[in-house]
Amino acid sequence: MKSDSQKNSTIKSLDPRVTRADIPNDEKLTIETPPLDQWQTYEVFHQIKKGDHHTHVGSVHAANPELAFLMAKEQYGRRGKCVNIWVVKTADVFTVDYDYADMYENNSEKMYKEAGGYKVMEKINKYKKEHKKEIEELKK
Amino acid sequence: MSEGILDTEHSKAIKNLLFRMADDELILGHRNSEWTGLGPILEEDIAFSSMAQDKLGHAQALYNILNSMGEKDADTLAFTRNEKNFYCCHFVEYPIRDYDFSLMRHFLFDTSEAIRFDMLTKSSLEPLANLAKKVRGELKYHTMHANIWINQLGKATDESNIRMQAALNECYPLALGIFEKSDYENILIEAGVFDGEELLQKVWTDIVSEILEKANLKIPVINESGLSTLSFGGRKGYHTEYLQPLLDEMTEVYSIDPSAEW
Repeated sequence: MKSDSQKNSTIKSLDPRVTRADIPNDEKLTIETPPLDQWQTYEVFHQIKKGDHHTHVGSVHAANPELAFLMAKEQYGRRGKCVNIWVVKTADVFTVDYDYADMYENNSEKMYKEAGGYKVMEKINKYKKEHKKEIEELKK
Repeated sequence: MSEGILDTEHSKAIKNLLFRMADDELILGHRNSEWTGLGPILEEDIAFSSMAQDKLGHAQALYNILNSMGEKDADTLAFTRNEKNFYCCHFVEYPIRDYDFSLMRHFLFDTSEAIRFDMLTKSSLEPLANLAKKVRGELKYHTMHANIWINQLGKATDESNIRMQAALNECYPLALGIFEKSDYENILIEAGVFDGEELLQKVWTDIVSEILEKANLKIPVINESGLSTLSFGGRKGYHTEYLQPLLDEMTEVYSIDPSAEW
């Protein structure tokens, strides 16, 4: 049995299941980081063509988002195709560390959860690309 | 510039414009590339170097147009002329100094460059109009880079504002040398090749004034009498003491073996 003082410091919720879980309410979800001795970093995502997903390509140091964009354009958008760039403050990316990697461990066994259709689409698109000429011939 | 006997006034005027532009690009491109490896932070070092490289590319493209008009090839034009035959303005010749000076020069020059090329997209000289259209995107980044930095440093801290203001005080009178007119001004305007330095300066003044004002920076009062020798003369082949040493350094490797393949 927990003492009253301990009980006071747990999360009280309208949902009794949350209250019963005795979750300490002083637990901080944000991670304290020491003050920076240089500019913060921004994560950079580029888009190769309009409509594509933005893909993470790296990070830059900058004083604000505008400057981060300036730097990102030259670091990651000056070679190869690029139509758009996103920059996101690294500190705004929430994640948990690799101790939690076991959450994803059994994924490969759960075939029933896989969206197989996407894979088929990839194959179809690949086939179409490789046999572009033949397909066009057939269309004539 | 080799003023061939066969050159008409019209082609002399065009060549003069192309040399003025190309030499500005080459010399400032070379100056700005001196920051490579020394930039304030890695990312900015890369961005500034990359823009310097763009300038050399613009110079090369302009020399190529000259080449198609009977002048020598780009390398020969860049590496074998002496100081007297360069037509860049004094502003681009000055050493890079501190980053505040270089950044302010980059802002004032590239704004003029972007407006100039924008005007030239309508030039009657087709290869020049095509080049102007081609570099538009590049220059959009250059001016964006300059504007954001000027705004940031003009307003960041007292120190950054004071340093940028001091750089502006020094750079602004020199920048007016960009618009020094040549003897061919009217020919170029009448032929529809280029709408002229006067119009360019007017548009430039409006644009830089607005950006500087937003950044809490004040355009210095210009003492007209002190301006002439300081800022002007470059377009006629008279240069500052800084150009010849730059040319010596730039042509050092080329001079060893001009026929070497790169």
